[in-house]
Amino acid sequence: MKNVYLDNNATTQVAPEVVEAMMPFFKELWGNPSSMHAFGGGVKRHMEKAREQVAALINADPSEIIFTSCGTESDNTAIRGGVEGAGRPLNVITTRVEHPAVLGPCRYLKEAGRREIELTVDAVGQMNLVELGEALSQGPALVSIMWANNETGVIFPVAEVAEAVKAAGSILHTDAVQAVGKVPVDVRRVPVDMLSLSGHKLHTPKGVGALYIRKGTKLKPFMLGGHQENGRRGGTENVPYIVGLGCACEFAKSWIPEEATKVAALRDRLEKQLLAKCPDARVNGDTKHRLPNTLNISFEYIEGESILYHLSDLGVAASSGSACTSGSLEPSHVLRAMGVPFTAVNGSIRFSLSRYNTEEEIDYVAECMAGIVRKLRELSPFGHR
Amino acid sequence: MWDYTDKVLDHFRNPRNVGVIPDPDGVGEVGSLACGDALKLTFKLAPDGRIADAKFQTFGCASAIASSSALTEIIKGMTLDEAERVTNQDIAHYLGGLPEQKMHCSVMGREALEAAIDNHRRGTTAKKILQGRVICNCFGVTESEIERVCRENRLTTVEQVTNYTKAGGGCGNCKPQIEDILRRVLSEQARAQTPVAQVKSAAPLTHLKKIRLIEETIEREIRPKLLQDGGDIELVDVIGNRVVIALRGMCAGCAVASVTMKDVIETALREFVSPDLEVEEARQ
Repeated sequence: MKNVYLDNNATTQVAPEVVEAMMPFFKELWGNPSSMHAFGGGVKRHMEKAREQVAALINADPSEIIFTSCGTESDNTAIRGGVEGAGRPLNVITTRVEHPAVLGPCRYLKEAGRREIELTVDAVGQMNLVELGEALSQGPALVSIMWANNETGVIFPVAEVAEAVKAAGSILHTDAVQAVGKVPVDVRRVPVDMLSLSGHKLHTPKGVGALYIRKGTKLKPFMLGGHQENGRRGGTENVPYIVGLGCACEFAKSWIPEEATKVAALRDRLEKQLLAKCPDARVNGDTKHRLPNTLNISFEYIEGESILYHLSDLGVAASSGSACTSGSLEPSHVLRAMGVPFTAVNGSIRFSLSRYNTEEEIDYVAECMAGIVRKLRELSPFGHR
Repeated sequence: MWDYTDKVLDHFRNPRNVGVIPDPDGVGEVGSLACGDALKLTFKLAPDGRIADAKFQTFGCASAIASSSALTEIIKGMTLDEAERVTNQDIAHYLGGLPEQKMHCSVMGREALEAAIDNHRRGTTAKKILQGRVICNCFGVTESEIERVCRENRLTTVEQVTNYTKAGGGCGNCKPQIEDILRRVLSEQARAQTPVAQVKSAAPLTHLKKIRLIEETIEREIRPKLLQDGGDIELVDVIGNRVVIALRGMCAGCAVASVTMKDVIETALREFVSPDLEVEEARQ
């Protein structure tokens, strides 16, 4: 059976090169990087090289990178640590379409008594800079705005946001978990104060992330403990995974041009074929400002979970914003915030590609989808309208 | 992925009886595109009054399609009186079980069947009509529907009610009302299981009878709840309408002991023995 993986915004295939780079740190190089002997010192050197590789991908200084266990930890550290360690009262500004790893800590701070403002998005999932300006005028804030959306791939105007936040004397964090490695991210050109990234979206195994913290940014550590990571994150460093993340970032840097050409061409090919083969389909999100690998598309009158199970039977992996797949009864908060009608939300499918996909796979998926959509519409009481 | 049984996956992949029967004897429609699932059921009766054919169309997830397919298989050959007694449990059972969060799919099947039978017998509209007070506005679930599902499935938590009816699964504002309904149904069920309620309304209690009833109520209604939290209770004395008790185990010295006294112990004794009772803790 075919095996076509189009769910790379959920997690990615581990790159063989990354596994190779990690292996010595499971076997020979097992020392604690904080130790004052050769076992530790030899390991520390590799960890610091990984820090340089991560910094290079986003054009940061290595001293501005701390390693974490995942994107969620990076987001929690930046938002809770940034607000609680600011030394002045801050509001919290975010958007309605953020990942739960950002909305969670923002709403936690709201419950703890901070003013929290969640900015709206328009019908294509794009934010409004005027609304941001109004929110900033209500007092100094920590602003957390994603670089690119995990469900729709919509890219926010982070450069303009950074300019506005800086002018207001506020702090900017961006969840760039989906953007890093897919589009160029440069913290000198786009002066954010903090930036989260995650390893397993970049072809490392799950269990490692990083947070960029611009020099001079006040932050209260989220993980309290030892003096690791310059006192900004307690806990013995997860060396094999950190080395893997370094390796993945170096590869990602060299592959970014391919994302904009090869991966984007495959995604466009899929979009075009699906729209041609499946009537009553609509693309969700701002197609002019979108990650090269992401396609979010709704099929009216049918339901996402059913589509995913049929796709899975045919060896294809994707995901859906349907209520039935969310673990609750609520459909995607991102598509709802965009005002996508319920009928289209429940039939929404996200295809997210990687550089490992091929044209042949894309054509196969489009063919599968045409059959599945036809079959499910024959079953649906609304299918013949 | 959900933990679906092979039978669910089989009925999802190869649904039986898909379509619409032309000129049917009964039509039932429930759900909508906005709700995330919908089912249209049609059936045709044979001259002997049995269901000769049943067909469905479903918009929904894998378990919604499988539940609809199972429903049509179950009711074929049944009389309408038999079909009327089919519960959502029967549908779930036929499929070898459904994940708890997907039980509402089986309820949707039973509702469509009910609407179709009503449509045949009374010529009412095929669409399920919301009768009585609507509790969940997000998914259009009424008080009577919640009560019925609670009873038929012996539900005990709000989360279960949401899994079975979807009520409370949207904005969540109706959860306190669901809690009230659940409490009412549970206490009705508890009363139905015991003859105590009848005793209560009969002749005035003698002191001896009162003590016995208090002891019975403590054993049946109160002690099990306290034991769950590692506590216990002992009846010390009954003086007129004053019930003197001692809290033991974790309950002794518990910061919320006074709440337990009023909310759990006194409420139960007043309900099952006499509304005049006052509970107090024995002095050590």
